[in-house]
Amino acid sequence: MIIRTPLTLASVHPDIGLRVALARTPADVVEQVTRSGIRGRGGAGFPTGLKWRLASEAPAPDGRRHVVCNADEGEPGTFKDRALLSVVPDLVVEGMTIAAWAIGATSGVVYLRGEYVYLRDELESCLARRRAAGLLGNDILGTPGFCFDIHIRLGSGAYVCGEETALLESLEGRRGEPRNRFPYPVVRGLYQAPTIVNNVETLAWVPAVLARGADWFLGIGTPGSSGPKLLSVSGDVARPGVYEFPFGVTVRAVLEASGGEDARAVVVGGASGVCVPASDFSRGISYEDLCTGGAIIVLGPHRDLLDVAENFLEFFVDESCGQCTPCRLGNPVLLEGVRSLKRGECGPERLGELRRLGHTMKDASKCGLGQSSPNFFLSLVDRFGPEISDRVPV
Amino acid sequence: MITLVPPAAKTPTTAPGPGGATVRAVIDGREVEVVIGTTILDAAGTCGVRIPTLCHHPDLPDAGVCRMCVVEVEGQRTLQPSCVFPITRDLEIHTHTPRVAAARRDIIDLLLGEHYGDCRTCARNGSCELQDLAAEYGLDRYRFGERTEPLFVRDDSGPSIVFDPDKCIQCLRCVRTCAELQGVRALGIAGRGAGVHVTTFADLPLGSEFCINCGQCVNRCPTGALTAVDVTDRVRAALDDPGKHVVIQTAPAPRAALGEEFGLAPGTPVTWQLTTALHELGFDKVFDTTFAADLTIIEEGVELIQRLHRALVQGAPDVALPMFTSCSPGWVKFLEHAFPDDLPHLSSCKSPQQMFGALIKTWYAERNGLDPADVVSVALMPCVAKKFEASRPEMTDSGYADVDLVLTARELARMLRRQGIDLPSEPPGDFDDPFGTATGSGVIFGATGGVMEAALRTVLEMVTGAPVENLYDHADITPVRGFDDVRLVELTIPDAVGPVPSIIAHLIPDWDWLRGVTLRVAVAHGTATARRVIDDIHAGGPFSTCHFIEFMACPGGCLGGGGQPIPTSLEIRRARARAIYAEDAAYGAAGLARKSHENPAVQRLYAELLTDGPGGATSHRLLHTGYTARGTFVPTDRRE
Repeated sequence: MIIRTPLTLASVHPDIGLRVALARTPADVVEQVTRSGIRGRGGAGFPTGLKWRLASEAPAPDGRRHVVCNADEGEPGTFKDRALLSVVPDLVVEGMTIAAWAIGATSGVVYLRGEYVYLRDELESCLARRRAAGLLGNDILGTPGFCFDIHIRLGSGAYVCGEETALLESLEGRRGEPRNRFPYPVVRGLYQAPTIVNNVETLAWVPAVLARGADWFLGIGTPGSSGPKLLSVSGDVARPGVYEFPFGVTVRAVLEASGGEDARAVVVGGASGVCVPASDFSRGISYEDLCTGGAIIVLGPHRDLLDVAENFLEFFVDESCGQCTPCRLGNPVLLEGVRSLKRGECGPERLGELRRLGHTMKDASKCGLGQSSPNFFLSLVDRFGPEISDRVPV
Repeated sequence: MITLVPPAAKTPTTAPGPGGATVRAVIDGREVEVVIGTTILDAAGTCGVRIPTLCHHPDLPDAGVCRMCVVEVEGQRTLQPSCVFPITRDLEIHTHTPRVAAARRDIIDLLLGEHYGDCRTCARNGSCELQDLAAEYGLDRYRFGERTEPLFVRDDSGPSIVFDPDKCIQCLRCVRTCAELQGVRALGIAGRGAGVHVTTFADLPLGSEFCINCGQCVNRCPTGALTAVDVTDRVRAALDDPGKHVVIQTAPAPRAALGEEFGLAPGTPVTWQLTTALHELGFDKVFDTTFAADLTIIEEGVELIQRLHRALVQGAPDVALPMFTSCSPGWVKFLEHAFPDDLPHLSSCKSPQQMFGALIKTWYAERNGLDPADVVSVALMPCVAKKFEASRPEMTDSGYADVDLVLTARELARMLRRQGIDLPSEPPGDFDDPFGTATGSGVIFGATGGVMEAALRTVLEMVTGAPVENLYDHADITPVRGFDDVRLVELTIPDAVGPVPSIIAHLIPDWDWLRGVTLRVAVAHGTATARRVIDDIHAGGPFSTCHFIEFMACPGGCLGGGGQPIPTSLEIRRARARAIYAEDAAYGAAGLARKSHENPAVQRLYAELLTDGPGGATSHRLLHTGYTARGTFVPTDRRE
């Protein structure tokens, strides 16, 4: 993994954000984060400030609230969190500490992807360093009563555990299966206590937002998507790696920077993302246009898009938790549909049924996995009409 | 009365608003006002909008997994599952838009593509919820594939329950039933993605699991994936064998429920039609298990008195109190597995079924000049664990299997239909002698609290020497009735005690030691509740001070048994209970005995056979038993 552009975060001075935060009231910190417009960088884009406010206002009968760092970076094609945990782990932990101050949490968990076990020792020493420096533990930075500590828990390899409620189930020692919404984790999360689950990158930006101010952050990106965004660029490009761009960057600009100008299509959002044709390369990456947690997979001219669809659907057939009907049984049907398309055996009527099934999965699945697994297939059918129709027998 | 903290599973998704505040929902244009936190599904029910469901069951915490019940909710990007969506603000909901209809159809299609099995020969043909949904929503072909080969091996290793995973649609009702309702966890989920499947703990055959055979999973399975072992052909073969004398004993609970299999409303008793129908099926004798229930009360009541006497008067340190009832075979096996150290608390009395079985092959056969080898003893039960109980190796006191075959209410309905017998239109008939006479106390065994009430009626009368009606109007000991998970009741024995009845005079010199004593009794049903009660006893809580506790494995007691007609719900169980208590009251109204010790057939049995009295040597040989410490993980009851 290579970091291809200078990272703004690498220039953020450690612990200034935390000192700024502790000089303010928790409500002020929530307000500052809200004003910055920062939204969840794992892909769903939920406003971070709102999430914190809801958690801080939710009743906590036993006084417990939790901050969970979602480091279960499992989306195929995503590796920017790994870069952050390697390069700026202190900022991630600092972000969690600021979040704890903001919502009144006493405990934090880093839920680390199982395959990232090699990062654990370094993260543990980061935590130890910070405890020794009074940045974690009791009365943090001399703030009476602000007690917060973090422990690291490893995932066991299930993709679905990146979904926040499945992650919480896993943390509580059960099968990693998404919960029903209502209540949301901000109201009843880890062990029924109000809990915020934030992506690594979201937390890493928080100290910068506090240190440099909400206006600085708002000044970068687009009106609906403030701040810089890390992208994981992979596939048929000359220079794969982690890139930082302001939100709103066009697909074309990303391709130019990474040496993928001859791409025939780009997958924005990884296996659960959409396939963007060359005619759309002027579109921007942002919450209001092409929304992504940062995975950009470039498909060169020689790629058969149905091969890619087959590969992604094989992944979802295996990685669905199998709890809800549309996802458990829909993904195998879509997979078989793509295979029949490849064989030239999928007629137009069948293709229509598969398309409707894809929409049912998006509409009726229990969690984001099943709601997004048909995305790539649907974008092929909807945006690559001629290429698909060549494969459909009349 | 003390109520334990309800299980976490029953916590509503969202707590109702303060002071029961309400919000307004508009469902398909119909306006309803509901308490904050009401689910869309419940709200729709109040205004007559039908939303199809599959994984939802009124007895279980919702899982929200099948997605059949998705609806369009204003302001929500995706469709929402109405079973777990709480209405917390004014809301507009649409339940049959094209989007909803398309999703429903796709979901049923997907489930049909997963489900494998022949509907026509399925035990649930006609009562299958998947079949019903396919019909209701007009499914006309298998759009998403049709399974043509089984993927799994049918597990018929158990004595009571058959699991056919090929028919399973992963609604997880059984898993939730086993875990949340029964606290057993024999069933769980394995695999992931399309490979997810319900399986047993550690994939062991059901017959070697810590499974209590309660069959509550069977009652809640929407398809034929979980069914009861079927012995109808074996019963038919016995009836058709001219060399066999085939008798049947019938428990009280099926009589309050069998009508449901024939289209009658829950709670319509069919006791007297049933006796005729059973004779028509070809049974040589039709007996009433309530006779043995009365016998159980005498034996168990005396055992309790003896335990109390030894503990309270003789100060014996080794007397296990509270004493636990032992009539529910699911509960007995639960204790054998989960709390083997507590087995001394179990009454040594056999269940009524097994007491009756031992008497049929001995006393009855002898009196009638029958070779016990030629007697086939069948039992009609609300229960699938009774099948296991009959197969326990120790249940052979007559030298033969005391009970040969156990029919559930559902199996009997099947046999009647095969013969073209319409149960509700049968003329009334009587039970056969010599066990013909029952009492109201025996009848109420079918409901949770019934054993306790019957025992109290007899014990109180034995001790006070006065009618129990002096203490409780109409002998209705209502504090032990009802459907609360657990009831703890205190009864103070009056200062005026009577003489010790002659039948036990050789055991107890006098009642002076019980004057003014407060008897603490409890009633619990469902083994998840039982687990909490036992845990409480271990922790020295209120239940540790009880003298006697009735446990029933099934929610509602026998009337909610795993062999009863499907479906089940609290409402249905309440209706069945009403039928049972009405039958008890009818005994009183007709001037018949309502207390077990007044049963003339039981009195005759002690005079003729059990001449050394309750708890005597003959009783112990025929009517009492022992238990097996099984532990949690050891497969001890694997079938040979």
